[in-house]
Amino acid sequence: MKNTTLKLKHLAVVAVVGLGLVACNSTGGDNAADKQLLGAGSTFGYPIYSKMFSDYSAANAGTQTNYQSIGSGGGIKQLMSKTVDFGASDAFLSDDDMTKAPAPVVQFPTCLGAVVVSYNLPGSPELKLTPDLLAGIFLGTITKWNDDKIKAENAGVDLPATDITVAHRSDGSGTSYIFTDYLSKVNADWKSKVGVGKSPNWPVGLGGKGNEGVAGVIKQTPGAIGYVELTYALQNQMSFASLKNAAGNFVKPSLESTSLCANGDIPADTRISIANSTVDQAYPISSFTWILLYKEQKYDNRSKEKATNLVKELWWMIHDGQKDCNALNYAPLPTKAVAAAEAVLKSVTYDNQPILQ
Amino acid sequence: MSNSKIIKNKIFLKSINGSAIFVMILLAGFFITLLVSSFPAIKANGLSFLWGKTWDPVNDNYGMLPFLIGTLITSFLALLISAPFSIAAALFLGEYFPKGIIPNIFRNVIELLAAIPSVVYGFWGLFTVAPLVRALEIKLHVPAAGLGIFSASIVLSIMLIPYSVSLIRQVISMTPIQLKEAAYALGCTRTEVIMKVILPANISGISAGFLLSLGRALGETMAVTVLIGNSPKLPTSIFSPSNTMASLIANEFNEAVGSVYSASLVEIGLLLFVVTTIINLLGRVVIRRYTVKA
Repeated sequence: MKNTTLKLKHLAVVAVVGLGLVACNSTGGDNAADKQLLGAGSTFGYPIYSKMFSDYSAANAGTQTNYQSIGSGGGIKQLMSKTVDFGASDAFLSDDDMTKAPAPVVQFPTCLGAVVVSYNLPGSPELKLTPDLLAGIFLGTITKWNDDKIKAENAGVDLPATDITVAHRSDGSGTSYIFTDYLSKVNADWKSKVGVGKSPNWPVGLGGKGNEGVAGVIKQTPGAIGYVELTYALQNQMSFASLKNAAGNFVKPSLESTSLCANGDIPADTRISIANSTVDQAYPISSFTWILLYKEQKYDNRSKEKATNLVKELWWMIHDGQKDCNALNYAPLPTKAVAAAEAVLKSVTYDNQPILQ
Repeated sequence: MSNSKIIKNKIFLKSINGSAIFVMILLAGFFITLLVSSFPAIKANGLSFLWGKTWDPVNDNYGMLPFLIGTLITSFLALLISAPFSIAAALFLGEYFPKGIIPNIFRNVIELLAAIPSVVYGFWGLFTVAPLVRALEIKLHVPAAGLGIFSASIVLSIMLIPYSVSLIRQVISMTPIQLKEAAYALGCTRTEVIMKVILPANISGISAGFLLSLGRALGETMAVTVLIGNSPKLPTSIFSPSNTMASLIANEFNEAVGSVYSASLVEIGLLLFVVTTIINLLGRVVIRRYTVKA
């Protein structure tokens, strides 16, 4: 009995000290708070964003950005509830979501990602796939590797008679969105039977959680085929297929062929799906990743300093920050996309006055 | 008793009662929160949610049957696989060698199984169990993916062992010595004592141990996600890929935009809560009916 009381006393002391520490922490200066920015969203963008934010902080004396990679959907939810200064998403806001937002939201691309098709075949041959082959495999209508349709495009490759095991993402993911967006654009069957989504109703296959889950299924299963982010495939030296693009060329995914996708015309609100680009040597399964913020930055007692710090940092990301892209295997924005993003950032206001002059 | 002792006693009792009531309130709170947050889905999906076979967030069409079936099959299969091992280990530690250094080490090792993070079980399963299962599937001429209900159940069964063993070992070691001695006096062998006295006398404790581990199996998420193949289709055999309710929530909740979609996932959580409660209640009824009255 005595022993327990003693322990309880200790516990109480610990609790009191702990509370005190928390209380101390929360009383910071107001100036410091203006330099503390909060963002949340895309896990795809997390590595490049954290590099950019730390570089920016080093170069600009102390704007600290805390970015939580909770997923694009979570980022949008947090922006809508105004708990973050900006959100990040792999898919642009739909018209429906735009109308549901409590205030007008603007969005601009920060870099590009591509989705590559990887497989597990003996000898890791270099496969060539057409949009219809890819859709057929993921719809479950092409089930064997030695199917005549695959053979026709891959003369000289020794294709085994094994079953094709399809691997897809099991978690809701921007990567799945980009992949299904592409398939819907190039294949009418896919569009009507499955459609575009972060968690579509996959007709066949096994689900793996995250890029590493899908990669695990591919590596573990002879005859498997799946899709992962280009960044992940490059870092893990996975073999991937060349795809026939809209211009009729077979293109191997790379940072350059991904950037090329975005070299077309971009609408003023930057909400464009660049998959299946018509550019000659562009890799077709690519997408922007976006940052979202409120057009009018005066809300919830935010100071003008904070809004200015935010917009300046975002401006830096689409200019100086782009040099971080190549080192981390992200495709940088092409010039036309930078111009579109600049226009978006110039439209952001504080008390109806543009923040950037 | 002195006055201060009486007061201390009263405070002690009050705080115990308070804690117990707090847990009940918490549980009720969970239920109400789930009910309220899933309301948009309950309204939109209707009752057909319970037997719907399609889960299609793209077209806002939701049915939970594949996940309910997946959850029940993996959990009960895991329990079935783990049961003989759990009872054997519990007999070894509770009846044959209740004391000593080596049994102590064994006991700690089994309890350590509960401390391994489930994601570690998952990836161990992916790289060790799944290839073995695939080899088996090739021999049986079924589609050989290695991932599916069977792989998930095998790994899950290992995860259940520490929970059932720790409880069953305790009840077995507390078997009244008079019962055992009476059986020996009648000329029973040790096997007969175990089969005809110890196990029947402790049937309610043993069942409680299995019920505890079943609850764990129903809610297990990460290891199952890695191994089950995450397919939203109704399974056709125990080698099919499938998905469980907990795994579905873990996979899709982060990116669930749209009120009906995220509410439908909450509704899955609500129904998992209900299913677990029903199974527990049924389990209690079964235990009560088959308990040997002393």
